[in-house]
Formats: sequence, C-alpha cells, structure tokens
Amino acid sequence: MTTNPPQRPKRSAVQADRIFLATLWAAVGIFAATMLGLIVQLIHGSWQSILTFGFKFLVTTTWNPVTSQFGALPMIYGTVVSSAIAILLASVVGIASATFLAEFAPRRIAQPLASLIELLAAVPSVVYGLWGLFVLVPIFRAYVDPILQARLGFLPIFSGPIYGVGLLTAGVILAIMILPTVSAISRDVITAVGREQREAGMALGSTKWETTWRIVLPAARAGIFGACVLALGRAIGETIATTMVIGNKATIAASLFAPSYTLSSVIANEFTEATSDVYISSLIELGLLLFVLSFIVNGFARVLVNSVFSKSEGR
Amino acid sequence: MSVPDLRERSNKTARYVWSAIGVGFTLLCILLAAGALLAILGYVTVQGISSVNWAFVTELPRPVGVTGGGVANGIVGSIIIVGIATVIAVPIGVLTGVYLALFGRGVFAETLRLLSDVLAGLPSIAIGLFAYTLFVAPFKQFSAFSASIAFAVIMLPLIIRTSEEAIRGVPRTVREAGFALGLSRYATTMKIVVPAARGAILTAILLGIARVTGETAPLLFTAFGSQFWEINPFHPMAELSLQVFTYAISPYDDWHRQAWAGALLLTIAVFIINLLARFALSFSKR
Amino acid sequence: MSAQTDLDSLDASEAKSQVETRSLSIYYRGKKLAVSDVSIAFPRNTITALIGPSGAGKSTLLRALNRIHELGDGASVEGEVLLDGVDIYGPGADPVLVRQRIGMVFQQATPFPTMSILDNVTAGLRLRGALRTGSKPIEIAEKALRQAALWGEVKDVLHRNGASLSGGQQQRLCIARALAVEPEVLLLDEATSALDPISTLQIEDLMRQLVEKYTIIAVTHNMQQAARVSDFTAFLLGDEQGVGRLIELAPTNTIFTKPADKRTEGYITGRFG
Repeated sequence: MTTNPPQRPKRSAVQADRIFLATLWAAVGIFAATMLGLIVQLIHGSWQSILTFGFKFLVTTTWNPVTSQFGALPMIYGTVVSSAIAILLASVVGIASATFLAEFAPRRIAQPLASLIELLAAVPSVVYGLWGLFVLVPIFRAYVDPILQARLGFLPIFSGPIYGVGLLTAGVILAIMILPTVSAISRDVITAVGREQREAGMALGSTKWETTWRIVLPAARAGIFGACVLALGRAIGETIATTMVIGNKATIAASLFAPSYTLSSVIANEFTEATSDVYISSLIELGLLLFVLSFIVNGFARVLVNSVFSKSEGR
Repeated sequence: MSVPDLRERSNKTARYVWSAIGVGFTLLCILLAAGALLAILGYVTVQGISSVNWAFVTELPRPVGVTGGGVANGIVGSIIIVGIATVIAVPIGVLTGVYLALFGRGVFAETLRLLSDVLAGLPSIAIGLFAYTLFVAPFKQFSAFSASIAFAVIMLPLIIRTSEEAIRGVPRTVREAGFALGLSRYATTMKIVVPAARGAILTAILLGIARVTGETAPLLFTAFGSQFWEINPFHPMAELSLQVFTYAISPYDDWHRQAWAGALLLTIAVFIINLLARFALSFSKR
Repeated sequence: MSAQTDLDSLDASEAKSQVETRSLSIYYRGKKLAVSDVSIAFPRNTITALIGPSGAGKSTLLRALNRIHELGDGASVEGEVLLDGVDIYGPGADPVLVRQRIGMVFQQATPFPTMSILDNVTAGLRLRGALRTGSKPIEIAEKALRQAALWGEVKDVLHRNGASLSGGQQQRLCIARALAVEPEVLLLDEATSALDPISTLQIEDLMRQLVEKYTIIAVTHNMQQAARVSDFTAFLLGDEQGVGRLIELAPTNTIFTKPADKRTEGYITGRFG
C-alpha cells in the first residue's frame, strides 16, 4: 500500500501570513495617518490666524495684505454665490439631459451620447479656465451682460459696471464643469427606478412625458438631489477655472457682473506671494474653511445617495 | 353628452402639447450640454493645432517676451510627478482596499470608508496646502515630490474604493478553492483573488492618473514650475497644466498661443488615458 | 507546537481509520448549533457517502473536516476531528497545513480565472513556493491530470485558460488541482451536482480509481450515486431546531437493503427529503 509522504509543512506559511497582515495594517495606518495629518496640518497652519482674528474672521469684509487685516466674508460670499449659480444652471440642464438619456433617447444613441457628456468631466480645469477666459468672458462682456442689463437692469444683481469677468461668468463656467456629475448620477438613479412604476403609469393612459414627470422623476427624487449636492461640492472646491474668470477682487457687491473672489481662488492667486506669517496663516485658514464646507456638503450628499441605493437593493 | 367629449378632446391636445414641450426641453438641454463640449473641444483644437509641432514638444520655454519655445520640460515634469504619485498611491490604495475587503466589518472599517469618501470630495487646493506644510515649508524648497504627495492623496480614495469593490466581487468559490488547496491567506488573496480583480483595479488606477494629470491647483505651491530641464524630484519642476495656466493669465500674446497648444496636448493626453481605462475594463471582462 | 510535529511523523499503521470524528458538534455565528455530536470513523482508502435531506448538516460536517468552515462567520467546534490519530483542532494545529493534507472539491467548479490549465493544476504548490527547484511543473501536472482522467483531453492545450473547458472537464481540472498537492484525504462537496449525467458517471468512475490512493468522503444528495460508488454511507437528519445529527452509519449495502433506523428507511424509499 502506498502512503503519500506528508509534505514537509512550511513554517513560512504562518510567517507569510503574519507579514501579509502586517503589511495590510501598515498601508491602512499610512492612509489613516494621512487623513488625520491633513486635518491636523490645516488646523495647525491656521492657528496663528485663528488666534489673531478669532470668529470675526468669518464676518470681516476686509482683505488687506498691506495692513495685515484679513477677513473671509468676501470669499465666502463669492464661493456661495458662484456655486449657487452653478448648481442652479447645472441642475436644470443636467437633470433634463439625464431624463432625455434615460427615458426618451433611442437606445442606440443613448449610450454614445451619455459617454460624450461624460467626456466633459475629463476636460482638465485649466482648459476650462482658458476657454472661459478667452471665449466666455469676451462673449459675456460684449453680448450677454449688456443684454441682461438692458432688460433686467432694474434688478440689483444685473446692475453695475460690466467687465466680462465676474460672478456670473464664473458661475456659468462652473455650471458646465459640474454638469456631467449631475447628469451621470441622475441618469443612474433614474434608470434604477423600477419598470413596474413606469408601466403602471403608462397603463393609466399617461403619455411618456407625463409618466416621467409625475412618476419616474419623483421616485428618483432623493438620488437626484444627492447628485446635485455632490456636484455642488465640486463647484465649491474648483479653483483654477474660477480664478481665471472671477476677477480676483475681495469685495462684496450686489451685482453679478462684479469681480469677486472665492475661498479657493484667493489661495491659488496669493499663496506664493504671501509674505508675512499671518498672511500665510489666514490663507491656510481659508483652506480649512473650504475643507469644512466641502466635508459638510459631501457628507450630506453621501447620505442621500446611499439611502437611495440601499433602499433599491433592499438592504 | 357631447360637451364632455369636446372638453376631453381639447384637453388631450393640450396634454400632447405639454408632453412635446417637456420632451423637447430635455432634448434642448442635452443639445446644450453636447454643444458646450463640442464648443470647448473645437475651440481648443482650432486655436492650438497650428502651434503644436515638433519644436513645441521638444524645446524649453523661451524667456519672457521672446516668441517661440516649447513645453518639453513640462511634459517630462508631468510624467515624473504623476509617475511618482502613482508609485506611492497604488500600493497603499490597493492594500487598504484588500484590508477593507477581507476585514471590512466594524466601526474601524466604516470609519476608513468614511474618511475615504470625505477625501474624495476634498478640494485639491486644500490637499496642496497639506503637501506644502509638510514637504515644502520645513525644507524651504518647492519640489516635484511634494506635488506627487498631493497627487497621491487625490488618487487614493478612488483606488481604495475600487479595489475593495473589485476584490469583493471575486466569487467566494474562487477564494474557497484557494484555501482548500492549503494555501495561506497571503497566497490566496494576493496571488489568486487580487489578480482576478486586476481589470477593475487597473481601470481605477488609470482613471486616477487621468484625473491628476488634469489637476493644476496643488502645483502652484508644491512643484511651483520651472523654466529649465529638471529631473530631480526634490527640486521645483515644470508641469504641463501649470505652464498652460501661467501662460494663460500672462499678458503676452505668444504665451497665450502656447497656452492653447499646451491645453490641446493636455486634453488629448487625458482623453487617451481615459480611453485606455475603458479598454482595461472591457479587456478584463473577456 | 507538538501537535504539529505529530501530524508529520505519525506511523500510519497504528491508526485504524484515517479520519475520525469524535462527538463533533459544529456551531456557527458563535452560538447557533448546526451539527450535534457526530462520531464517524472513515476507514483508510474507502469512500464514505454523507446523505440526507437539505438542512441535515452534511456540507457543514464536511467543511469542518478540513477546517474550511472557519472562513465563515464565527464558526467553531466542540469535540475532535482526528487525522491519523491527531486532532486537527488541537492546540498548535495550523488549518493551512490541515488543508494541505485534506483536500476539497466543491460543487461549483472554479478554475482560477486568470490562469492557464497548467498553472491551475500546479497552483496549490506554486503559489506557496513549494515547487522544488529542478522539478518540472508539466510533470507534476501530468501526474495529477492522469489521476483525474483529464490528461488525454488537455495535454495539447495546457496553456489555454481554465475556463475554456466544459463543465465536466472543469470539475476534473479542479480534482487534478486538489490532487497535485498530494493530500491523503479528498472531500467532495456535491461535486457532481452541477454536471450532466455523463460527466457525473465519469467522475464516479474516477472516484473508484482514486480510492486506491486516497480516502474519500463525499456529500451527495443523489442516493443512487451513494449506492453506486461508496463503501460506507452515513445518513444525517436535521431535527425540529434545524440541528443536524447522525442517524445511521453502515456499509452501503446494508443501509440500502436493511436500514436499521426507520428514518433512514423513510429517506431512502423517498418518503421525504
């Protein structure tokens, strides 16, 4: 009778596993340390500014490197307004585009068309900025802004001198940049709405549009909202394209034609020229503000999008 | 009896009109979106194509005010900076993904995922500030390496999330078959399961590369840029998107011309990498 | 540590059976009892079939024999599982080593997706660096593939991906892969359930050949297969709480002609399950 000689057990198998686990832990440790380090460094860098200005930093409108008086309010205003314009425009166009792709487009062109729109997301921001600066700004200065002022100039937001650069132009370029985010996620969410709901709607004698408008889109509401919030987060953080078309001026004006500043664009514009410590610290504090703002917005978006997909998967 | 009929009919027409308007509006919007894309790509191509030539790709920038020159050092710099970033981000990202796939339950793992998602949405300029405070300020030296750190941090969440999903996606039976052969956890995971997921992981890496290739903001105070040849990662280095930015906001017409050319090169590069990423995914599904 | 050494150097002739469970109870999710108090001796170079309706704990029992159930949540055991007289759950016993001596083939044939047929067969050795320098992978693969009755069909296409084979061939590939590691025991978990009748019969023939070298324990829900192939049969049944118990263990002929327990008789005659 043949007995199989037992394989000499390799002690190194146990060792290999130990090394393996250690390596995994090391990687995880580096990652966690990086994240924490990021927060720590931002707070540490802002400390001088926080000590010097305290909470007033958030409400001061002066941004004066010469006198070392720094306040974040103009930048907060600029970020909020430009992002608001962006999300307003991008959500309408984006949701409508997604609806077309998901519901009305013939199947053969739906995917290629969707891929085309998604290409918008791949364009580097400096290219957007370049196009915005040399194409959009002149067009706005020569045509769009004057028309808006002529028709709606009684509104404070369309009053005032026209430069071409400014909040409105920045909002529009941001809108184009975040459009693919809204569109792609909304399309996923809309497609995920169950067939039964659509068929039930059509069976009631509704047109395709009515079914889409009254049944499908409302069912996808939470996910679409999540997509918009996520896109808003992108708009808040966009730096390069914004700084090229917003005018880079730390003032708060009622007009959308006025040049402005955002939290991110001021850092991009002034960091390498910041001379004094408190100047640098103030800029880093703006970075910290940006971090907090983006954390809140993205966290909210994550909750929304997760709730949609976990519901549909019946978890 | 005929009155309800009439009302019904006119109501029907109104409904069909509204429906047509609705659908038409969505069509208009998608045409707008497509139009914007084509306008941007078209303009960049038209403005840039005449300036993209062999000289542009192989020469160094000329001094301010002098016409001509190229972005060769920026192209090389981009490759170096993105390359180092990839080398840093891939091992950490994939291994963290492996950890989450193997031991992914509990508060610690959920916290890691939360951190990863938060990081994914973080403005790149804040990440640049982080790299600045750790790797530029203490050494009083701009460097390509600090830029690579920033880029690696940007790439990490994507690689972690995709690696975890891809590894989870490998059927349990494959993992079990590996264990049943008496293979250690290390051998089963790294030599059978992870290779089975390599298509998706490769795609994520390529998408990450495409993303950071188009990033400029962190470079402003990490790599800082340069007019000269530079391959030492601990020195300031030129980078293509940074050059485009610098040229674009300058007052010189010739630099504007070069900005368009550089933008065209940059866009083509990013599109090619994206295409490769899609091929990697469909290739692995065979 | 000593248990590990014992596993290596035991004198085989001392043991009466190759594998033996003693009062084995299996828990999963920490507390839930899945199988209770099973004691079976599996004699050397025999085929034992584990039969019973679904939920009787057959697969659970089988998976406890090579400690692969530990990969699930919170699985644990009470009692002993002896391999040549040494408890594989004893202190110091390494599950990885256990699985190198007790191999398993699953219901779902899973060739490793990224590997060729050749690499698949040698995977068990290659991936833990056990291919001795100078050994030729092809020779190892040929030996295993011949034992699995697959060599003739694949010898010219060893470089092809494992997934390019038919279902029955893939399962034989998995058997070859398990055999290349040179285990002493082979566990088959419904290994033919997903196959067509012809492939099933091919593998049953294979089992009768392999039993000359290996001890085989096979879970099957196909009673005719158990009757055709096995030397001994164990009938398991789950009680009202879903806990599996051993009802009867006997030579196959006896179980299928003169079962001792009424419940065995009921299952075999098709009254339930």
